[in-house]
Amino acid sequence: MSRRNDDPSTDAPTDNVSTDDPSMDASSTDSPVGNDAARRPRTDGGVDTGTDTGRGEALFADVDLGREHLKNRAFLAVIFAASMFGVLVLALLLLDVITDFYVGITEFEIGLVQFFTADGSRRPERAGFMGAIIASVMLMALTAVLSFFIGVGSAIYLEEYAPNTRVTRLIEANLANLAGVPSIVYGLLALAALVNGIGLGPILLAGSVALALLVMPIIIVSAQEALRAVPDGVRNGSYATGATKWQTIRRVVLPSAMPGILTGTILALARAIGETAPLLMIGAIFVNRTPSGPFDRFSGMPTQIYAWAAEPSQHFIHLAAVGIVVLLAILLSMNAVAVLMRNKYETEV
Amino acid sequence: MSTQDETLITTEVSSGRTGRGDRPDETVLASRGLDVHYGDERALDGIDVDIPEHKVTAIIGPSGCGKSTFLRCINRMNDQIDACRIDGDLAFHGKNVYDEDVDPVALRRKIGMVFQKPNPFPKSIHDNVAYGLEIQGYDGDMDARVEEALRGAALWDEVKDQLDGSGLDLSGGQQQRLCIARAIAPDPEVILMDEPTSALDPVAASKIEDLIDDLVEEYTVVIVTHNMQQAARISDKTAVFLTGGQLVEFDDTASVFENPDDDRVEDYITGKFG
Repeated sequence: MSRRNDDPSTDAPTDNVSTDDPSMDASSTDSPVGNDAARRPRTDGGVDTGTDTGRGEALFADVDLGREHLKNRAFLAVIFAASMFGVLVLALLLLDVITDFYVGITEFEIGLVQFFTADGSRRPERAGFMGAIIASVMLMALTAVLSFFIGVGSAIYLEEYAPNTRVTRLIEANLANLAGVPSIVYGLLALAALVNGIGLGPILLAGSVALALLVMPIIIVSAQEALRAVPDGVRNGSYATGATKWQTIRRVVLPSAMPGILTGTILALARAIGETAPLLMIGAIFVNRTPSGPFDRFSGMPTQIYAWAAEPSQHFIHLAAVGIVVLLAILLSMNAVAVLMRNKYETEV
Repeated sequence: MSTQDETLITTEVSSGRTGRGDRPDETVLASRGLDVHYGDERALDGIDVDIPEHKVTAIIGPSGCGKSTFLRCINRMNDQIDACRIDGDLAFHGKNVYDEDVDPVALRRKIGMVFQKPNPFPKSIHDNVAYGLEIQGYDGDMDARVEEALRGAALWDEVKDQLDGSGLDLSGGQQQRLCIARAIAPDPEVILMDEPTSALDPVAASKIEDLIDDLVEEYTVVIVTHNMQQAARISDKTAVFLTGGQLVEFDDTASVFENPDDDRVEDYITGKFG
């Protein structure tokens, strides 16, 4: 046995020929995931049959794994298909939007320069997206300011200070529930409390309050996770050096957790920038000009797209397609920044 | 086998511990009837220990005997644990550290600590060492103090060209010496070490042992260790804890290892128990 195994190079070719294991043939022909998976069972078989004098064959003859390997591969195929489904849907979506985008630019001669520099208009050939883009940027900035400090503050309280009591658990359960509230409900709240309640009207500030409330639970939960990921050893090192609790949080814990907190915040804002329902609810639609400040009326990117898509004119519908491409580009680049930040910092802490 | 161990230890005690015994003992830390409970579980049972100034006091004993608990009582790190209850006296220069008017933060500025696992902050080497001084509002020559502390921790020559590099890029042994530098930079009186070499390879561990020998010129060192040879090599006084949180023997290291009073200590040291 050992003598044969000493010289695998001469054994190897005969192995493949003498193989009569059906599972091995299947693995070499049907290899959807590439060479690695296909090669592994073959080398196993190679060792098996390398000792195929009568005794070696009898050694594993009672173990029939053919069916089990078949099940493995069938399961792999099913879950691979399942995970490809999402990719396929995204690809179809992008294809559809980009086709419309292309038709819009060629057939309807939507100039990208005008699209980025003109405000909305009742006349499609003069309509642009600038007002909506600027409104959305202002909306995001306000939302970030409103939600970040309150969100991170409550995450610090819950992770670092709050005793493990019934009240703390109640707060955390509430946050989890808030994260699941449909976005239109936040719009309804802003409409009732701000737009009509104190009579602000459908202004940008009301929209950003609704969006800030919407993303706050997400920011809190992701900030809590980032704080929890800071090792206790580092906290103890700070306390043992004679730091107070706040010094420890301010100088050691927060800097370590900040990349994670910022990643979560960016992802939350990326969700907020595409939200349409709360903005529709407070009436941020059918405004065609660039807002001058937080107290001005506005229409954000998603509501402008919504308004255009509801127009009967094909020209407007293709304007909406171009708008969607711009919105998607902004959204994907926000996500990319978040992913890059996570990759850059996760190795360092 | 056990007799061989014994001889090994004895030789090292007699060769390693000379010259430091001539200073008069002045007690820095004294515990009297110190009891610690975690919930209903007793972790320490009436501990009486006098820790002398400018000496290395080693605390040895099997796992779960309360060595680390005792160490963490000294700088009140056990305050972080909700279920922990402490009775009895632990006096630092005669003042009970558990008196109402003692601020644990102030206490920890006089009693530094080094942990089992190196735990540098995710900051630069310079900022790691400067941390203790910064939080105390020190506004003198920070670079000089950082250099002094790094020299004191025998790390300066290895890191002087990369002070702005991350403390986490150092090797395990270097990280542990960085933590020692961080602990000594604010110039405390006492340094507590909780198994500082157990996560290190033998070479790095022996560097730390040499360092402890130097540190004791300026500081009082209390070290918890699993390693009896280490305790014998570096300590002047040894306290032996056994399971149940009892202190069974506390004496000069040489006499604990050569001639223990308690049979259980002899069994433990010679490896028959624990």
